Amino acid sequence: MNQAIEVNNLSKLYRLGEIGTGTLTHDVTRWWAKVRGKEDPFQKVGVTNDRTVKTDDQFVWALRDINFSLNQGDVLGIIGRNGSGKSTLLKILSRVTLPTQGHIKVKGRIASLLEVGTGFHPDLTGRENIFLNGAILGMTKSEIKSKFDEIVSFAGVDQYVDTPVKRYSSGMYVRLAFAVAAHLESEILIIDEVLAVGDAEFQRKCIGKMDDVSKKEGRTVLFVSHNMASVRSLCQNGLVLQNGTFGYYGSVDSAISYYQHQSTLNSSVNFSIDDPAIIGNEIIKICDFSVRPMSGDLLSISSGVEFELVFWNNTPNINLDVTFELVNLEEVKVFHHAAIISQEKDSKEGFYILKGTLPANLLNAGQYKFNLLFGENQKYLLFRVNDIIGFEVLNEALGFNSSILPGIIRPDIPYQISFKENVYELSKS
Amino acid sequence: MLNKTTKESQWDFIIEPSGGPLSIGVREIFRYRDLLFLFVKRDLIAVYKQTILGPIWYFIQPILTTITFAVIFGNLAGISTDGVPQILFYLAGVTIWNYFNETFTQTSKTFIDNAQIFGKVYFPRLVLPLSKVLSNLAKFFIQLGLFLVVLVIYVLLGKDVHPNYFMLFTPILVLMMGGLGLGFGLISSSLTVKYRDLTFLITFGVQLLMYATPVIYPLNSISENYQLLLWLNPLTSIIEFFKYAYLGSGLVSYFWLTYSLLFTISLLILGAMIFNKVEKSFIDTV
Repeated sequence: MNQAIEVNNLSKLYRLGEIGTGTLTHDVTRWWAKVRGKEDPFQKVGVTNDRTVKTDDQFVWALRDINFSLNQGDVLGIIGRNGSGKSTLLKILSRVTLPTQGHIKVKGRIASLLEVGTGFHPDLTGRENIFLNGAILGMTKSEIKSKFDEIVSFAGVDQYVDTPVKRYSSGMYVRLAFAVAAHLESEILIIDEVLAVGDAEFQRKCIGKMDDVSKKEGRTVLFVSHNMASVRSLCQNGLVLQNGTFGYYGSVDSAISYYQHQSTLNSSVNFSIDDPAIIGNEIIKICDFSVRPMSGDLLSISSGVEFELVFWNNTPNINLDVTFELVNLEEVKVFHHAAIISQEKDSKEGFYILKGTLPANLLNAGQYKFNLLFGENQKYLLFRVNDIIGFEVLNEALGFNSSILPGIIRPDIPYQISFKENVYELSKS
Repeated sequence: MLNKTTKESQWDFIIEPSGGPLSIGVREIFRYRDLLFLFVKRDLIAVYKQTILGPIWYFIQPILTTITFAVIFGNLAGISTDGVPQILFYLAGVTIWNYFNETFTQTSKTFIDNAQIFGKVYFPRLVLPLSKVLSNLAKFFIQLGLFLVVLVIYVLLGKDVHPNYFMLFTPILVLMMGGLGLGFGLISSSLTVKYRDLTFLITFGVQLLMYATPVIYPLNSISENYQLLLWLNPLTSIIEFFKYAYLGSGLVSYFWLTYSLLFTISLLILGAMIFNKVEKSFIDTV
């Protein structure tokens, strides 16, 4: 296989705070250090890009030592939380900004779609803008000419080609912009969440086009998105970034599951009984609590959720119960449900193991966390722990719609659909 | 293709921190020549969209400026025009000065005005200022046409104007004018990225520069001592040469023209170097 991209020790340093004040003094300091043959004094203080910790440092590494390589025709999904360095990586790849250290070797032309409609001029007509935009994205006039009809019909703006784009509806504008970009003649295509444009019908068209680009035309694609459903359907491999550092690189499924497990809460807790850090009090100690999909490797809407709790109970002969409380990201309690362990004052000292399942097609996509409440007689609280573990349920497309739907639950409703010609028949039946 | 099996030559380009010293990438600009011409087209078309008079504005601007100059400097202030009819004298000055003025002010905004595009997509940044030079060149030729029409009318009327074979120098004069505008523009656009204060100075500075250039007055109306100072301004010899070629009145100096030419070349090299350096880190500091 031919290599298309090779990324070596790529790093990018950004400066925090306001730029512009006191630059002259900085420039002089920097120049003085250079004259004496010293290292750049402002480059040493970088910290990793963990935004939850406030530092006094003025500089931050948006990317640190990233390495990977891609073969021709590979489709790579780049995933990570906000601020993990995805956009910085794309910016460097599309040559908008330069790395601070390291380098990228590239074979072929790179076309990047960091934003659709870059360089559209509102006063120019659709036709004029197609040529201008295409040229900005690196196409020659003859290449655009040969693709012109295809672009216009893909965008569905045939009638408005000679109207200034400022008169377009926002949907038409975005469709035209996407169409130009999607028909670029480049060996490598970089896409940053532009699929979130237009209506469901157009989104489906876009995903189809992306699929064509990679599978039929054999082009290399780098795709950044928060939408795991589209990442999964488009990409073979996944790269996970974590606060600007390398997190994981591998098949798309394992990358997504890595990404899910690096959410702010741990996805499982595991202590040996004599571990001093164990969660609990003198009555209850939690040894093990974890969630996993009932089927497959990924927690998704249709996978179902299986959870297992192992705890140690110190008090015999009481009525013991455990309440599982599931909370979503908006702090809404999804359920508050108790497992009654003993009802006849016959609890035992020792380890209890509880397994529970949430059926497939119940929870909507999103992040969840568990609270645990241990009680006596369903009345007295023995021990309570909040946010003990967290997990994320992946979205799955419903029909043509691949975005996350509103609502707390996402049932799979078996609709029965029938059809009648007229009212007469309707009243008869 | 087959013999290109060695590891290093298989890559088309490498993205590196510094990106090679002084690599202006003429070949790359050539590859983006379609973009260059589309930018020129955009500049020429978009400006007068939705105006009633459309491209006629290209004529109205110099005519109005000339009339203003004639009223204020010619009649109220009574500044000499060296025997040349006032309208013709000012129109000549305005036509060639405007080319420098527009090229300079437009290219000096390259980075600030296009931050949005530069942050999203890569193309050789030099394409933008170059497109300004070309679109203003087109505008200049339109206005030169107007000037020539007026000139012919005055010659037919038998006024005291003497166009001569020095007109053959026009292409060189125009190239130098554009080169100076581009050179100054590249440098100030690069500096304004870091030091925004300069944007305020530029508008003011260009106005001052016009008075330090023999646009609205003939150079020979200035005393000898100050003339030397004015010759140091690289625009002076170009404008005087232009006026002499078309009107038959002005000071022609090959020495100072050569000086201006060398000045232009070094300014362009310096400008390209600074621009090249700034474009690489620009998006992080804008």
